[in-house]
Amino acid sequence: MTVDVVLANLSNVGVYSAMTAYAGALAAFATDLSGLGRAARAHAPAASTLEPALAGSSRDQATRSGGGSDGPDHAGAGAVGTPRRAASIAVALTWLAFALHAGAVVLRGVSAQRVPWGNMYEFAISGAVVVTGVFLALLVRRDLRYLGTFVIGPVLLTLGLAVAVLYTESAQLVPALQSYWLVIHVSVAFVASALLTIGFSATVLQLVQQRREQARAAGRPPLRGRFMDALPRSAELERAGYRLVAIAFPLWTFTLVAGAIWAEKAWGRYWGWDPKEVWTFVIWVVYAAYLHARATRGWDGRRAAYLSLAGYACVLVNFLVVNVFFSGQHSYAGIG
Amino acid sequence: MRPRGQSTPSTLPDLGRLGLARYGWRQLTSMRTALFLLLLLAVAAVPGSVLPQRGIDPSVVSQYLDDHTTTGPWLDRLGFFDVYASPWFSAIYLLLFVSLVGCVLPRTKVHLEAVRARPPRTPARLDRLPVHRRAEVDADADALLAGARRVLRSRRYRADRRDDGSVAAERGYLRETGNLVFHLSLVGLLVAVAVGGLFGYRGEILVTVGNGFSNVLANYDSFDPGTEFAAEDLPPFRFTLDSLDVRFETQATGNQFGAPRDFAADLTVFDDADAEPRQEVLRVNEPLAVGPAHVYLSGNGYAPVLTVRDGNGDMALSGPVTFLPRDANYTSLGVVKVADAAPEQIGIQGLLLPTAVVDPERGPISVFPDATDPKLFFTAFVGDLGLDDGVPQSVFRLDTDDMTQLTTDDGDVFSAVIAPGETIDLPDGAGSVTFERLERFAALDVRADPAKNWALVFAVLAMVGLVASLFVPRRRVWVRVQAVAGDGGAPRTVVDVAGLARGDDPGLVDEVENVLSRLQDSADGDAGGAR
Ligand code: HEM
Repeated sequence: MTVDVVLANLSNVGVYSAMTAYAGALAAFATDLSGLGRAARAHAPAASTLEPALAGSSRDQATRSGGGSDGPDHAGAGAVGTPRRAASIAVALTWLAFALHAGAVVLRGVSAQRVPWGNMYEFAISGAVVVTGVFLALLVRRDLRYLGTFVIGPVLLTLGLAVAVLYTESAQLVPALQSYWLVIHVSVAFVASALLTIGFSATVLQLVQQRREQARAAGRPPLRGRFMDALPRSAELERAGYRLVAIAFPLWTFTLVAGAIWAEKAWGRYWGWDPKEVWTFVIWVVYAAYLHARATRGWDGRRAAYLSLAGYACVLVNFLVVNVFFSGQHSYAGIG
Repeated sequence: MRPRGQSTPSTLPDLGRLGLARYGWRQLTSMRTALFLLLLLAVAAVPGSVLPQRGIDPSVVSQYLDDHTTTGPWLDRLGFFDVYASPWFSAIYLLLFVSLVGCVLPRTKVHLEAVRARPPRTPARLDRLPVHRRAEVDADADALLAGARRVLRSRRYRADRRDDGSVAAERGYLRETGNLVFHLSLVGLLVAVAVGGLFGYRGEILVTVGNGFSNVLANYDSFDPGTEFAAEDLPPFRFTLDSLDVRFETQATGNQFGAPRDFAADLTVFDDADAEPRQEVLRVNEPLAVGPAHVYLSGNGYAPVLTVRDGNGDMALSGPVTFLPRDANYTSLGVVKVADAAPEQIGIQGLLLPTAVVDPERGPISVFPDATDPKLFFTAFVGDLGLDDGVPQSVFRLDTDDMTQLTTDDGDVFSAVIAPGETIDLPDGAGSVTFERLERFAALDVRADPAKNWALVFAVLAMVGLVASLFVPRRRVWVRVQAVAGDGGAPRTVVDVAGLARGDDPGLVDEVENVLSRLQDSADGDAGGAR
């Protein structure tokens, strides 16, 4: 079998085009967020008291003083119902970027007549397209557009990393990867990682929001990051983060089990504490701890959230550090 | 999260009364401890991915110890080169599993009781529950209660009519069942892993193309049995390695050039002494099953076929010698121990390069893994190989303590380069070396794990249990009716529907509203029918 160089080059063009569209989408999402922030402040009196000039509304100035409990409770409330043109543009651009991106990934696979995840570059572009795909799928059912900046940002970053650092020529697979388990194991890992990525964004926002709420409650209204006023309250973000992890966790469990079955086929043992296996296991254990923490009395949403962040840090280590720097049987990075 | 409403019976047994003696046990089996031990387990697993491990690559561990003479021995003493068998790692996971069993068994008992018990009685104040809806309906209270029971049962609730004019219902017992199955399956998995380790074995062999292997202990290059393994457990198979087809990337450039593309070993297998031969192809992801064991293709390399004549001119060695590849281009190292050479034994240290290039800076290196221009670079020693000292030696290491390195007439160290078909005389009439041809060898792993299917069963059970535990909604719904005075003596009833869920349940509000609207519909339907 030979590699179709024309298709491989076309795939590269696709990745660059997708990055352009993502950049546009990111700008639009950010604009939407800042617009929402303004709207939220205009409607949430407690906030506008504090920055009358910036909020552009002095209607309620005299009626409240900072520290009232209403303000923080209504974060985001003001935005509901107002049409959000920037957000619509952002979503449309995201769909366009997704189409280009997915096309590029498919072409990459077709060029070598195999699944497009055989080395780090391909893991990165395929993983990123799944993140966008999962995000768009979630958007169909729920208005999570406020998360757009925090999802498309990382996707764009990943693609940048892929083309700048990880790029590898399209080629056939090494024998160890020539198995249908590559399709099963890695694709489920992608979906799980995508959900964890979006969950991570929600959790970061939750913690930021929580600080703002606490600061408000203590009478020290936050001065920066006004776009946060457009986002749901921290409790809502906490639930969103939990649900994403709750879906990702069984998928990650499946990834672990499928990987063990594959390892048994390829190497004769289902578990060998290879660095990649160790980190897949560590991720699993940390998220199990997170699920436990949420169910443990005396653990509030914030402490559990830190575990979720730790879990995602392990996901990043697993992809970026283990693949590149640790030698083991899973050394397919194809870089360096 | 466990429901916290005042009406909720505690799902944990009240251990408080059992006194101080059980304090420690209670601590160990608390959620908090489980959480702590899980985190500890994650942290403890990390060093094994950073430091080299004996179980994976003992030679790298030795190298590390040589390079780090101060920290190395300490890390070694603390078990850091064998993390997953170290006392501290074992202690953590054993404690975790003790905690798990101590936590899950009482829960199982509670759950079994709950499954048989009636749904919990209706709380006095439904409006205090997380979800509560109220409506007035033109229907008779008694008929509504019957309707409520029907509606809830059709939604797979276990519904129970109470004497206080209410219906109590609960569904989703599968959630807790799944949780218990998940946790208990983890115990099963751990046991299966342990049993596999005790009764299984793993051996490595290097077989040169054209040679064979028969499955007895003595033929293994290395063998690692579980403590309960017995040599009779080895299935009596044998095979010959007919050919080994190897393909490398020649098209793509950059770092993909020379990457392996296909390894296939053709074997003729005899399952036992009387069996008919069968032809098999062994590939990396396609192991060979022979009886309870599996044979895996774990690697390959080159084995130059050499003929060595000694100082007396006699043939002292003839055959393939395996050279271990050191890098992706199969730069391979090996030694030849010519024990039968006389008057003195001969030792050869060699570097085999399948596609040899002499780099001005790095010296001789291989630039492609396939044998397009193979060369053997070697130096030679004469003296005593030390094979009779009774100390076991590695076949890949030359003990040169009692040997002298051959030198040229100028006094330089003798080193030679030789290609297939060539012969080179050693200095001082020590003999000669002929590189007959280049063969390949296959590195094969033979393994058996009698419990691996059990491990799979428990892993699948755990996954099924987990999904049930996370996604089956566990809900309690109560319906209370109260007759009020309607106009014109027509029956009129206030209906309260309230719901409580275990854990995160985004659908609870819909559920309660649905039950209520079904009730209203059925009341309307009844009213319509009576008209
Ligand atoms: C091998 C170690 C363990 C692992 C990997 C593990 C994993 C998990 C996971 C993933 C869940 C989430 C499922 C759900 O929310 O329903 C869970 C729930 C739970 N685990 Fe564990 N667990 C372990 C040990 C323990 C131990 C030692 C205890 C007892 C102290 C325990 C008690 C619980 C309880 C009570 C829940 C249910 C939480 C709820 O009500 O939502 N687990 N466990």
